[in-house]
Amino acid sequence: MEAPPDDLGVPTFMPTISLRVNGTPHSLEVADTLLLSGLLRDVLRLTGTHIGCDTSQCGACTVHVDGRSVKSCTMLAVQADGAEVTSIEGLADGETLHPMQAAFRAHHGLQCGFCTPGMIMAAVAFAKANPAPSEDEVRHGLEGNICRCTGYQGIVDAIMTGARAMHAGKA
Amino acid sequence: MHDFKYGRATSVADAAQRLAAAGEGKLLAGGQTLLPVLKQRLASPSDLVDLAGIAGLAGISATAATVTVGAMTRHADVAGNADVRRLIPALAELASGIGDPHVRNRGTMGGSVANNDPAADYPAAVLGLGATVKTDRRTIAADDFFQGLFTTALEDGEIITAIEFPVPERAGYVKFAHPASRFCLVGVLVSKGPMGVRVAVTGAGQEGVFRVPAMESALAGSFTAKAIDGVTVAPDNLLSDMHAGPEYRAHLIGVLARRAVAKAGG
Repeated sequence: MEAPPDDLGVPTFMPTISLRVNGTPHSLEVADTLLLSGLLRDVLRLTGTHIGCDTSQCGACTVHVDGRSVKSCTMLAVQADGAEVTSIEGLADGETLHPMQAAFRAHHGLQCGFCTPGMIMAAVAFAKANPAPSEDEVRHGLEGNICRCTGYQGIVDAIMTGARAMHAGKA
Repeated sequence: MHDFKYGRATSVADAAQRLAAAGEGKLLAGGQTLLPVLKQRLASPSDLVDLAGIAGLAGISATAATVTVGAMTRHADVAGNADVRRLIPALAELASGIGDPHVRNRGTMGGSVANNDPAADYPAAVLGLGATVKTDRRTIAADDFFQGLFTTALEDGEIITAIEFPVPERAGYVKFAHPASRFCLVGVLVSKGPMGVRVAVTGAGQEGVFRVPAMESALAGSFTAKAIDGVTVAPDNLLSDMHAGPEYRAHLIGVLARRAVAKAGG
């Protein structure tokens, strides 16, 4: 299909980006305005990344870019060119849950579950830097993630357990 | 979002050139303010010029007397930097309280300072420590840089490259964060050092960050919380919104300034 002309009458072409998502390399044409959350959900069909507020407040869309947690609704897909992206789908090893996922299940760290992918991605990034966090540290570390069910107690318990499990190397 | 063209600059000169060639170009640093603004269609630039690929714009260097932070340095990297923590711990602590962890992994000091949001944390550090803003054209003293709500001394197309902080003898920062957004209802940075005694307030002023000369002269006499007990700021030019009125903000300035002095060891 012919690209629509821009205001100079020159055809516009979509930039091509290369990135790895959960270990799989992709080379894709994306619109300049496409968000990373849109790339994951609508292009790659990885719908585990949720869009809650879409205004950079709720953290449901949290993923890792080059190992650091980011809100994928507040990053352009083109900004992830060359990056290594991990979404919630990339955590488990086959049927074996990641220790943080297992801890969320054990402590029932969810009610409706909508915020859970973002909570877990935030928790994994937090726990990498905080192997044995206190409850205060966990709550401070969760400032970017909102649970609309207000089910924080189970989430905090899960992260305290999950962090220790990650560093003990067992689920 | 309205349509825009995205481009990645390879050098500061390239960024300036791309900006000049664009109809209505905007620089993209960490995007933690700009992207939400675009998503709300509060701005519609023709072009975004991404600074993230420019070598040398991110990173921190230090001497015994100064800490220089590259414009594209992320908040998390300021908070975690060993030199910043050793030489200006108040700056590291301030950076560790901006937004939330995910915002701190993307947001940059240059972007925040150029935006000059009246409730942002970094303007208090730049003004309160008497820093110097370095651009691709000149250096600008903090006292000349901040010129009102979302307004700075930056000219059209001028690009911040780094911010140089003189190392203070002591400094402290305390903020009263909005519980949801973590923006400052009020934040106060106090310092004593080569730039004299400084008290900078963010989150409260109708014209953005400002200094409090009455507190500075009291602290110059005695750098103790007690010295500013009773030194008040008039509510006349303070912000008022659904979260706090001007009288409450004025009260918070006094309380937080005393706590900041105590935190600085005064």
